[in-house]
Amino acid sequence: MTDMKTKVGTDPVPASVSQKTRSGRRLAPVLIVVAGAILILILSYTLPPFRNYQLATVGAYLCVTAGLTVLTGLNGQLSLGHGALMATGAYAFTLAQNKWLSMPVSFVTAIVVTTLAGAVIGLAAARLRGPYLAGLTLAVAIVVPSVTSTFDGTFNSDQGLSVMLDPPPGTIPMERWQVWVCWAGALLTVLTLALLVRGRFGRQLRAVRDDETAAKLAGINIARTQVLAFVVSAVGAGLSGALFAVLAQSVSPGAFPLTLSLFLVMAIVIGGLGSLFGALWGAVLLVALPTFAQSIAEQTGSHRLEGNLALVVFGVVLIVVMLAAPGGIASTGNTLIRRFRRTR
Amino acid sequence: MKRTATTFVAAMVLLAAGCSSSDGDGGTGGADVPGVTDSEVVIGTHMPLTGPAAAGYASISPATKAYFDFVNANGGVHGRKITYKVKDDGYNPANTQQVVRELVLQDKVFALINGLGTPTHTGVLDFLKTNRVPDLFVASGSRSWNQPEKYPNTFGFNPDYTVEGKILGTYVKDEHAGKKVCFLGQDDDFGRDALVGLEQVVGAVAAKQTYVTSNPNVGPQMGALKGAGCEVVVLATIPGFTALSIGTAAKIAFKPQFVVSNVGADPTTVGKALGAAAPLMEGLVAANYLPLSTDEANPWIQLFKKVNTEHNGGAEFDNNVVYGMSVAYLFVQSLQAAGKDLTRDGIVEAVKKNGFQGPGLVPLRFSATDHAGYGGTQLTRIEGGKAVFFGSAYTTDDKDGPVAPHTATAVTPPSNGVPAA
Repeated sequence: MTDMKTKVGTDPVPASVSQKTRSGRRLAPVLIVVAGAILILILSYTLPPFRNYQLATVGAYLCVTAGLTVLTGLNGQLSLGHGALMATGAYAFTLAQNKWLSMPVSFVTAIVVTTLAGAVIGLAAARLRGPYLAGLTLAVAIVVPSVTSTFDGTFNSDQGLSVMLDPPPGTIPMERWQVWVCWAGALLTVLTLALLVRGRFGRQLRAVRDDETAAKLAGINIARTQVLAFVVSAVGAGLSGALFAVLAQSVSPGAFPLTLSLFLVMAIVIGGLGSLFGALWGAVLLVALPTFAQSIAEQTGSHRLEGNLALVVFGVVLIVVMLAAPGGIASTGNTLIRRFRRTR
Repeated sequence: MKRTATTFVAAMVLLAAGCSSSDGDGGTGGADVPGVTDSEVVIGTHMPLTGPAAAGYASISPATKAYFDFVNANGGVHGRKITYKVKDDGYNPANTQQVVRELVLQDKVFALINGLGTPTHTGVLDFLKTNRVPDLFVASGSRSWNQPEKYPNTFGFNPDYTVEGKILGTYVKDEHAGKKVCFLGQDDDFGRDALVGLEQVVGAVAAKQTYVTSNPNVGPQMGALKGAGCEVVVLATIPGFTALSIGTAAKIAFKPQFVVSNVGADPTTVGKALGAAAPLMEGLVAANYLPLSTDEANPWIQLFKKVNTEHNGGAEFDNNVVYGMSVAYLFVQSLQAAGKDLTRDGIVEAVKKNGFQGPGLVPLRFSATDHAGYGGTQLTRIEGGKAVFFGSAYTTDDKDGPVAPHTATAVTPPSNGVPAA
């Protein structure tokens, strides 16, 4: 984890770290993911159904926020179009699922299709910098509803498609099953990403982010690194979209609006850019804040507020977190611990 | 590192404990029927209070709630007060998923009443079925609600769009024989079902166009219809898009006879959206199966107006208010029929048994094998800014049954305004 928080760029890894702790750290992601899996399993048995559904939603969001935070935080590419990649994954999953009715096949299809989509967008993105990249990805996010209504024979326009799902195996309640499926996806994504960014690939990502010329001099293929980063994060988004299709038992362009893409970026910034724990915080906020906003809006009795208050709450939280902890929520814990260690 | 993880795990466990305890004590009490106690029955709905369909439809649920409040003030049903939870889904199917889960899993509602919208409600059918939630009087005319074998607990309310399309088609065939008939519909089951009904009666239309609610521009569509030389344009549109279509047509000097589906034809809503251009609606033909809000002599309107003043803060009284209260009236009738020992199966059986007499101009179709709502409709024309009925009411089915005039004496509401058991 120390590794991950360094990409905020403020505290480089101390040179005195011994070889032993290094290998210990390499084991850490596996341990954390196993601990996470046990925790989720316990939670899925103790939480009431609606909380389980929300927990499953957090898992689905975590797939996309984790990928996005690697792309934006570690590789410095800003994508405002991850909502569209989620839609790609969701539609690919649904079309495959309704054809073959086999979840594993559908998940693989979703991942393959988003890999391709990610590669195409990534190739274009690798030639663009800063606001131009944001503009390109923004356009991708906006085009989703038009695509679904232009090819309405396949995508059924605004109404979207229903997802045919087999009932959960045995007597497992639906919501618990959803938690398991979503978190299996989320933990796998996080584990893969954690292992990836720890090794050579992670160093290349950071080198490209920090100084392209220097990275090139060091023999790193800039474009290849950027496209790969985009593909990796696109796969996360595609998996997330597929999980949302499972959760909602339907897909429609309305589920992946432009605001979703913007919320995703906000969430990883609030959580802590480049940190996988930050991505988790972001995913939690993506579920918690709209619910919170809605309950407030309901108390005021103004129905007009309900649809719009979430935006305000997100904006306010973003400003507050950036003022109080510029490294995001994930950085606050680390800062505290470091302070604690120092005083000890 | 380890410390962070431990802290995090501890925090999550605490959070979980907190969540489960806060939810645990919100149980149902009494019998094991969700949302039902001896003194209360909790029901819910999803409604577009914001977003593209909010115009007009946002005033339905307050009206429904107002009628429930009126019933509650008169002692409720079998001693139970009705609590109506309304959730905004913004006409976005993804939000509908979220809010309906909240209603069913968290708020533990007894039934879902009048969930609005074809695209929105389609997505929650399976979820409601899995959880065995009665899904009554869906506010849409899609034929999807009428699948008793697949969705045994789902019932419609509106005449289905095919029935309506056939009746509108019959009007077009009789009154505008030989004219070029065209169609503009929403790009979903609403538009498609309506077109099926229309084409069954008038034959293939000369031109057909679709729109999506996420793109508020029908310029290309109206241009194409004008180009095709359409003389009659049948609209399967929600109110905002009815106004948009009429306004856009006027802008390009295209003046066909508009024939509009009931769901998009409330003159108050469409007139407001048109603003100063409201006179463009003059002569517009539509359909309705409930008394018109402007018909002061109708005893149902008198009752609903009274409820509107007393319990709805005197909200603007339009056809949406009449609609909302008619739904509420039907639900109260169903509760009465289901008896004192209210169960989910009980109310579904009561609805299947039918025999409801209410404000509707035509009978409800409910039976063991038919879960569609009203079985027909009557035509209206806008004259002097007000809709008026003309001709007789018609009933038909969604297959190739004939369109037959329906003549039956209208019933009057009970004197205290609350249906008896």
